[in-house]
Parts: sequence; structure tokens; C-alpha cells
Amino acid sequence: MKAVVSVIGRDRTGIIAAVSGKLAELGVNIEDISQTIMQNNFVMIMLVDTKDDATPFDRLGAELQAATAALGVTVHVQHEDLFNAMHRV
Amino acid sequence: MFTENEILETIDMLDNRHLDVRTVTVALSLLDCIDGDAARCRKKVYDKITRTAERLVPVCAMLEKRYGVAIVNKRISVTPISIVGSACGDHIGLAKTLDKAGKTLGVDFIGGYSALVQKGATAAESAFLDTLPEALSTTDIVCGSVNVASSRAGINLDAVKRLGVIIKDLAYRTRDNNSFGCGKLVVFCNAVDDNPFMAGAFTGLSEGECAVNVGVSGPGVVEYEISKHPDHDITAICELIKRTAFKITRLGQLIGSAAAAELGLTPGIVDLSLAPTPAVGDSVARVLERIGLSTVGACGTTACLALLNDAVKKGGVMAADKVGGLSGAFIPVSEDAGMIDAVRGGRLSLEKLEAMTAVCSVGLDMIAVPGDTPAAVISAMIADECAIGMINNKTTAVRIIPVHGKTVGDEVDFGGLFGTAPIMKVNGGDPSVFVDRGGIIPPPIHSFKN
Repeated sequence: MKAVVSVIGRDRTGIIAAVSGKLAELGVNIEDISQTIMQNNFVMIMLVDTKDDATPFDRLGAELQAATAALGVTVHVQHEDLFNAMHRV
Repeated sequence: MFTENEILETIDMLDNRHLDVRTVTVALSLLDCIDGDAARCRKKVYDKITRTAERLVPVCAMLEKRYGVAIVNKRISVTPISIVGSACGDHIGLAKTLDKAGKTLGVDFIGGYSALVQKGATAAESAFLDTLPEALSTTDIVCGSVNVASSRAGINLDAVKRLGVIIKDLAYRTRDNNSFGCGKLVVFCNAVDDNPFMAGAFTGLSEGECAVNVGVSGPGVVEYEISKHPDHDITAICELIKRTAFKITRLGQLIGSAAAAELGLTPGIVDLSLAPTPAVGDSVARVLERIGLSTVGACGTTACLALLNDAVKKGGVMAADKVGGLSGAFIPVSEDAGMIDAVRGGRLSLEKLEAMTAVCSVGLDMIAVPGDTPAAVISAMIADECAIGMINNKTTAVRIIPVHGKTVGDEVDFGGLFGTAPIMKVNGGDPSVFVDRGGIIPPPIHSFKN
């Protein structure tokens, strides 16, 4: 299954490292990534492949939250179908 | 890949604008459970419900994680119990069975303690009506409804008269709980067979074996979108609502299909709804105010509600495979922070609410009135709503709560999603001679429309 990982918060050193490090540790492949600063907020969006549910969504979300807890960012992990449904006719 | 704006918009809707799936409702036929032996009938009903919907709650929890979307209620709707229990006559026993089955599964509500008597009541249905106060006051999560009118059959004034008495009885029996029993009973005109919303959900006789129906929500999202465009003319506002409703409904469609696939059941309908909650930022009244009214209840309210209701349907129709249920904006008073405020401030009257029900889904909903309101007045309110539905070929409903011991100026708190209800003033005229006449108000002629 493919998931969209979005990370939003105040910009600081180490956010990408924390998130991508944890994904690598869990064996989750990053297929696409974009990062920008919007209205002083750090916004990173990744499309990742969880490889046939090897890492369930709830666990992935919890692991990433834990990995970034000290950085003060919010992490969402959502199935890509949600965005397909809402933003593609 | 999606754009950042698309992803951030969705996250904002879910995190800050109360976008959620209001209900995933498993609609289940119990026709094959009919049995002349009461114990056997109850066992068949319990077994079928707990077997078919066994995984409803865990599947919804899993889907919440997968999509990051809250599913507020998990519900079950069944074939009207007046029919399921007609052979054995043990309606009360079946109500308790529904309650037990629903609690075993951990669902929020189970609907279908219902009867369809718009043209007349059989002996079994008549006996069933008498059981409504006991059934709904001695169970916790069972919801009931009675269809007393339709555009095809007219208004069964005999049934309307009885419902006034039944509602008063139910209010008295649940007096220690702000007469909340009445919050679990809806009186309909033109009830639909595939409604996923409570308290009026039941699985009609035209339905198949089992389906997963979904009701979406999202008035907060619509309000926020309108707030960003104070300079739009009303045509552009309608387009904006349509586009927003499309997105909201696609979310419902996604969750409904996924739930059906996971449960191994047939995907059912999506109810194109805007359902409020008492939370700030989740109010249909605030959408109307954002369109340009200083308060809901002001002149212009009916027009704004009509355009909102229509735009929600137009946007939603293209977003869903199958559309059904009540489909439209809900205006329950106690469950909508903006409505509560307007009633509290004397800016929204029962009469204006009645006018609003002519252009939206569904009717006089979650309205608290003085406990000493006579049964005949409640019946006459039901008759008025039925007349609106019957003449306009739409569903209308009455869910009214004559709160025992309370009067105008008091407020009652029903808790949670049911919110707070200021007691509303009811016209003091006496309709009892009309109501006592009984009989059937004939259905309207469908030509010479004006």
C-alpha cells in the first residue's frame, strides 16, 4: 500500500533525517518527496510504499510520531486513496 | 504525486474543520428471522446481527487509522420490528434483543424498532405502536421510527393522533433523563428505506439482504470555504459549496466502499448530508450565517438553506456510486451550536424552523418543548410536517422532546453529540378537535401544481 506522509511544524535541524531514518529502519521505501517552507512552517510531503502491509498504518504513524516527538512537528500517515478520492475526479 | 496544497487542504479539513464520516451503518434484513415462536425469533435475530456485523467496529477502527479520518458512529439498521415480530408478537423482547446485540458488537445505535402505517395499521402493527414507550424507555441504544404519511397514501391521522400520546408517555417514562427517550423516536412522512442516520434508520422492504450505507458530515468545511470568499456573488457561492460537497462525499464513498470490502458485504448508498454536531465549527446554522445572515432565523434563512441543500446534493451526486438516504442538510436544534445560540437569543422560532424544513432534510429535529405541551398539539405539529412532506414529495420528520417538568426559559443537556436544547415556545392554540377527528387525509393530486 502506498501512503502519504506529511510532516508540518516549525523549521529546525534534523526533521528530514529523523523521518527518513525511521522509514529506512522500518524498511519503508520513499518514492517521492517534496519539502518547502509555507508561511514560516516547515512542510514535507512524502509518498512512501509500505510494501504489502509489512508495516501497518497505525504502527507507522505511531513510530514516526515517536521519532519526531522532540522536534515539535505533526506527522500524518494516510493511505494515498484518500487524496485520490478527494482531489481527482 | 499530489500538490502540497491538496494534501494540506485535506489535513486542514480533517484536523481543524471537523470533517468526518458521521456514520457507517450496516443495513440488515431480518425477514428470514420471522418465527411464530418468540424465543426462536429472538435467537435468530441476535445470531444474524452479531454474525453479519461482527467485525463492524474493528473494521471501522482500522479504516480510521488507514485514512486518518474519524468515523464518529457505527450503527446497524434492521427490518422494521413491527414486521419481524408480527408472527410471535414479542416486540418488547425483540427490542431487548436488538439492544443486547448492539451492545455485544459495541455499536453506537441500532435502528429499526419501526412501523410503516401511512395507509393503515394491521392488528400486529397497532399492537406494536403501543409498545414504543416501553421499548424505547427500557433499552439504551435502540431507536424507533413510525412512518405515518406519504405522498402516495396521504396522512394517517389516526396514527398521528396516537403518536402524540406515545411521545408524551415516552417523555414521562424517561423523565429522570430529561425525557430523552423521545430523542430516539422519529415520526416520518415519506420515510426512506436506506437511511443510515439515527434515530430514523431502518432497512426497508425494498432493500437487499445486507448493505453498508454511509453518512458524511462537514458543515465546518463548507463554512470555512465560504469564509475565504466574502466577495463572491451567490452563484459563485453555490459553485463553491458544490465543489466542497464533492470532496466531502468522495471521502464517504471511499470509506463506505472500503468498509464493505473489508466486511465482505455489499456497498450501499452514500447519504449526501451535512450533519452538524454541537462542537464549535461544526454547525449548519453558521454556514447560513456565513452566506450573509446576521443570525439563523433571520429573513433570508429559508433561501440560504435551500441553496445550501441543493448545492450539497449537486456536488455530492457525482461523487458517489449510489446516492440515497435523506441526502441534504440537517437542522437539528440541540445538535447545532448556531441553532442553540439563535433559539437561546429568541432569534429562531418554531414557525421559522417549520418553514426551513420545507427546503431541507429532514424536519423538526431534536426540538425540546415544554413538558406540559398537550398530546394533541404534538400530533398537530406532526400533521403539519407531514403535510409539508406529502405535498412537496419529500421526506419530513418530527423528533420532538416534551421535556417533563421543564418550560420555556429552561434548558436541558442531553450530553455528547445530542447537545443542549433550550425549551422552545409552542403556539398555544388548541388543535384537538382536528386531531380527534381521526381518519386519513387523502394524498394530493399530482397535476395543477401551484
